[in-house]
Amino acid sequence: MSLNRDQIAMRVAQELEDGYYVNLGIGIPTLVANYVPSDIEVMLQSENGLLGIGPYPTEDQVDADMINAGKETVTAALGASIFSSAESFAMIRGGHVNLTVLGAFEVDQNGNIASYMIPGKLVKGMGGAMDLVAGADNIIVTMTHADKRDNSKLLERCSLPLTGVGCVKRIVTDLAVLEVKDGAFHLLERAPGVSVEEIQQKTAGKLIIPENVPEMTFDH
Amino acid sequence: MSGFNKVVSSYQEAMAGLSDDMTIIAGGFGLCGIPEGLITEIKRQGVKGLTIVSNNCGTDNFGLGMLLEDKQIKKMVSSYVGENAEFERQYLSGELEVDLTPQGTLAEKMRAGGAGIPAFYTATGYGTPVAEGKEVKQFNGRNYILEESVTGDFAIVKAWKADKIGNLVYRDTAMNFNPMAATAGKITVVEVEEIVEVGELDPNQIHTPGIYVNRIIKGSFEKRIEKITLAKN
Repeated sequence: MSLNRDQIAMRVAQELEDGYYVNLGIGIPTLVANYVPSDIEVMLQSENGLLGIGPYPTEDQVDADMINAGKETVTAALGASIFSSAESFAMIRGGHVNLTVLGAFEVDQNGNIASYMIPGKLVKGMGGAMDLVAGADNIIVTMTHADKRDNSKLLERCSLPLTGVGCVKRIVTDLAVLEVKDGAFHLLERAPGVSVEEIQQKTAGKLIIPENVPEMTFDH
Repeated sequence: MSGFNKVVSSYQEAMAGLSDDMTIIAGGFGLCGIPEGLITEIKRQGVKGLTIVSNNCGTDNFGLGMLLEDKQIKKMVSSYVGENAEFERQYLSGELEVDLTPQGTLAEKMRAGGAGIPAFYTATGYGTPVAEGKEVKQFNGRNYILEESVTGDFAIVKAWKADKIGNLVYRDTAMNFNPMAATAGKITVVEVEEIVEVGELDPNQIHTPGIYVNRIIKGSFEKRIEKITLAKN
């Protein structure tokens, strides 16, 4: 069975380490916050100027001045700090954020990512994504392995305009966990019940398959 | 006005000198931390051909989106321009020019502009459409592109509190682009929730020193929220 959105987020959450500062993009990455293991502490960064995102507010706590980068109302966690957009991107560009999780339309075997623009459709903008992929050492991309017509999103070469070059090192899809290195996708884990053959069939780029590909495990 | 007192009493006075084809740097992230009354005054004045440097362009009928109704904006420099149907229409019909700029690069363009730095190198956007036509230089084996800073004829800023000489304090994530915008205007106009006497703000807690500020006006804010998300229980 392929993973649903929450299960992808659960698998990404296993990559978190105690003491990490983490930026979570919009969509599936946001769900990762719900699955932070209880024995570690992480601090979430929001690029509009908040380090230490707290839970969504109660009705009484709603404050127009306190939002996340998705423009949703949030609260500040204990120990949070608030700063300007320039300071926020100094953190991001300067490599101080330990992990960035974001979605994508396409990733290729050289670690290039396309995530903000589909020609012919209205371009709404890259927001902070280009800065995030340029600044982070450690980027996890979450996406479905193939689109609705079964076209692979893991390509030899991205077809859409790029958000960043040579920056993606790890991908968690609904079918697999993969590492990107040396010009190829390396299969690390498969979703429970998903065959290596299916992953191979839905990966258009070069895929390296080790002898043993374990199934993902979930503690929850 | 006398001495360092920068408080003005009308929006007309706050935006005096604004004319067609000027560049305005605006603070705000979405509808959070925007100078609502100053935007309304720009609409009232009806100036046209504006270039606006702002992370977003408001929504239909609110924030900078209001300036689209009478086609006052010629060009937007922004990182994200969704949530706005009239924007989309003018953009697709070619009436409105858009320079999509990565969010961190946009913040740094304002910061550098206000700090007297004409351009800077950044890895952001290298190898993407953003890099087209820009100089590339390698430092320590990595490629960077040269981005030029921005300044405006006006900067419009929203702060929480100001004292009468323009020292500013922002509140929560309504800070966002406002501190950089404040430094990057030839004339910087700040709309605040509260004006206090000189000495009431702790000098250690000032976010923007008054030297950057030319005019202050007390506004009343609607503070519209784009997405109200609540705790589940």
